[in-house]
Amino acid sequence: MKLSQLAIGQQGIIKEFTDLEMSVKLMEMGCLPGEAVKVERIAPLGDPIAVTVSGYQLSLRKREASTIELI
Amino acid sequence: MKSTLRVALVGNPNTGKSTIFNALTGLNQKVGNFPGVTVDKKSGLCKLPDGKQVEIIDLPGTYSLYPKSADETIVFEVLSNPDNSSHPDLVVIVADATNLKRNLLLYTQIADLKLPVIIALNMMDQAEKGNIEIDINALATRLNVPVVALAARKSIGLDELKSAISYSTNIPLQHATIDVESIAPELIKAVSKKLKIDNPYVALQIVHQHENLKYISKEDSLWIEEQEKIYDFHPQKAQATETIARYNFINEVLLDTVVYTSVALEENISNKIDHYLTHKVWGFVIFFLILFAIFQSIFAWSEYPMMLIETVFVWLAELGHTYLPAGVFTDLLIDGVLAGLSGVMVFIPQIALLFAFISVLEDTGYMARVTFMMDKLMRKVGLSGKSVVPLIGGLACAVPSIMSARTIENWKDRIITIMVTPLVSCSARLPIYTLLISLVVPSKLVLGFINLQGLVLMLMYLLSIVMAILVAWVMKIIIRSNLKSYFIMELPVYRMPRWNNVALTMFGSIKTFVTEAGKVIVAVSIVLWVLASYGPGDRIEKIDQKYSSSEITSQYTEEEINILKSSEKLENSYAGIVGKFIEPSIEPLGFDWKIGISLITSFAAREVFVGTMATLYSVDGDDSEMEPVRNKMAQARNAKTGALVFTTATAFSLMVFYAFAMQCMSTMAVVYRETKQWRWPIIQFFYMLVLAYGASFIVYNLLK
Repeated sequence: MKLSQLAIGQQGIIKEFTDLEMSVKLMEMGCLPGEAVKVERIAPLGDPIAVTVSGYQLSLRKREASTIELI
Repeated sequence: MKSTLRVALVGNPNTGKSTIFNALTGLNQKVGNFPGVTVDKKSGLCKLPDGKQVEIIDLPGTYSLYPKSADETIVFEVLSNPDNSSHPDLVVIVADATNLKRNLLLYTQIADLKLPVIIALNMMDQAEKGNIEIDINALATRLNVPVVALAARKSIGLDELKSAISYSTNIPLQHATIDVESIAPELIKAVSKKLKIDNPYVALQIVHQHENLKYISKEDSLWIEEQEKIYDFHPQKAQATETIARYNFINEVLLDTVVYTSVALEENISNKIDHYLTHKVWGFVIFFLILFAIFQSIFAWSEYPMMLIETVFVWLAELGHTYLPAGVFTDLLIDGVLAGLSGVMVFIPQIALLFAFISVLEDTGYMARVTFMMDKLMRKVGLSGKSVVPLIGGLACAVPSIMSARTIENWKDRIITIMVTPLVSCSARLPIYTLLISLVVPSKLVLGFINLQGLVLMLMYLLSIVMAILVAWVMKIIIRSNLKSYFIMELPVYRMPRWNNVALTMFGSIKTFVTEAGKVIVAVSIVLWVLASYGPGDRIEKIDQKYSSSEITSQYTEEEINILKSSEKLENSYAGIVGKFIEPSIEPLGFDWKIGISLITSFAAREVFVGTMATLYSVDGDDSEMEPVRNKMAQARNAKTGALVFTTATAFSLMVFYAFAMQCMSTMAVVYRETKQWRWPIIQFFYMLVLAYGASFIVYNLLK
């Protein structure tokens, strides 16, 4: 399951990243393996999405969210 | 020899770093540049409880020492180079208590640079509300650094922070965080030896960032490149290893010091607000309404202060004519300088309001939502959601907006944003729009509550934004790039705007406008007055003679003669000759030679237009009549045809020309600085000129 596949309100736990370059940037922003993520909302035009992770809200594009594998 | 302690504020964006900076320095702050780069350096003095003064420097907000944008590079540059003129003796790391884990990442990186540090744990009130219990003492003991709890917006903890600064030592006492050397042992050793660096983490960061660091020479940079190959160093893998190690350390620290009594995933107020503000339909409706309200209030609220300023200048001119001895100098002062200044200073209220509104939008966190909503749309036309901030900022001024495009990580997105931002109507066009609109659009209410003039103004702004988007789309097709674009951005929680911050922005914008624009305008007004008052050879004297002959004095009244005389003088002056020379090329746009003069003078800066109009119509007209430039322009007639100069067609054609033409030296200079290539400002200048000419031509011929 990828983060980009979750619907609004669903949550999961980060397992790993499929893109090294993106993983470094995501980890700096608090997206870490073992951390819970919840999809809060999707932008009016369908992309990007807003998620709650490690206590704050982060927005990222679906393409970026698709590099995050969930448990 | 340094007499005062230098303290750097470092922290993630949205942690209240600038609130703390403002609280510590008050009005004792100034904006400069870091040496060699164009990043704004905010610094100020702060008085400590023991009477000592320290210098506080506000470094750009960043999530990590690994820079993601041009602005963030400066943080490591300043912190790692003891010879940098901004190198601090002490670093205050501002951390958001509600999101400690992510905030401590930057702490562990800076701690490993072995600089003396203090942690300022801000937003403690929010953390308590969110049921996050932080054991400050345990945290301080665990890391062996002073930790100060703050709620800076409520002015809690500032005195404690000040005393922590005054008790600080110049020895870094913090415990080690991770084993840096194990990431690339041989490479770190080699680089440390070659560059004589005794800190392994500084050496490792230099390996990562050597290309962008000013204090690393070309040769050293190439040498590091070779070493990376020799030791098979993979930057991204190394950074990933390091980041994971740092989070492991942080998790251990947090385990002993922080208790989360409830899960922080519950619906908070920000979430509820976002439900409406980023709603599929309402989100855009609200965004549009907010922009609409802003432009309506700019017109409505500035009416009285503008009238007041106008009255003051008319009164000053009358006073001057009454009490100053008549002569060339008085004419220069009143018809040249004063007329030019008054034409522009009138717009201070509108500019101040626009800057205030934009700063409120940013301060509340709404701008980040606009970015979020617009990203997909923006990406379609070759921009990024983050381009929205420079584009909306472009409503105030393109210069700082183009600089703010640095937050866009992708080169192509950034170049396109820079190229189209000057198309967005800035505050310097506002005086031109309002002047021309008030000439040809009646001030009446549509549907009972909408001011027609305000509506037309808003349409001008929309037109400029639509054009910026169209041009961006064309550029997306032309410019090639294979760099990946990405969009990972924090959505800060909604907050009330800090009104003192809004006021500071407002007064700052007035100050810059009056001093910067004022200088140019006074200079241009003087030159223009001279050019408009004198002509080649004895042409001007001949006109004087012509109108004093009895043949003419018997035919016309004195008043009529004055008007005829001065307009003929203007036509034969140097300015008139230049204006007439370019008249054929601008006639298809509906402009006469006087407008031509204004176009030439305002190629350096648009705000000069109104000043030029004021000067030209003061020279050309009856001296005894004191009235605002608007009335003089409304009565202006073409000498040849006798028709009114400012018809609806001409006024709109002129507005469109000013909307699209690149008439701002400062913007061109900043585009060069930001892109480091002359081709970008040059391309920008010509594409905008072509666009302006074409659009004006169409508008004039449609409305004629």
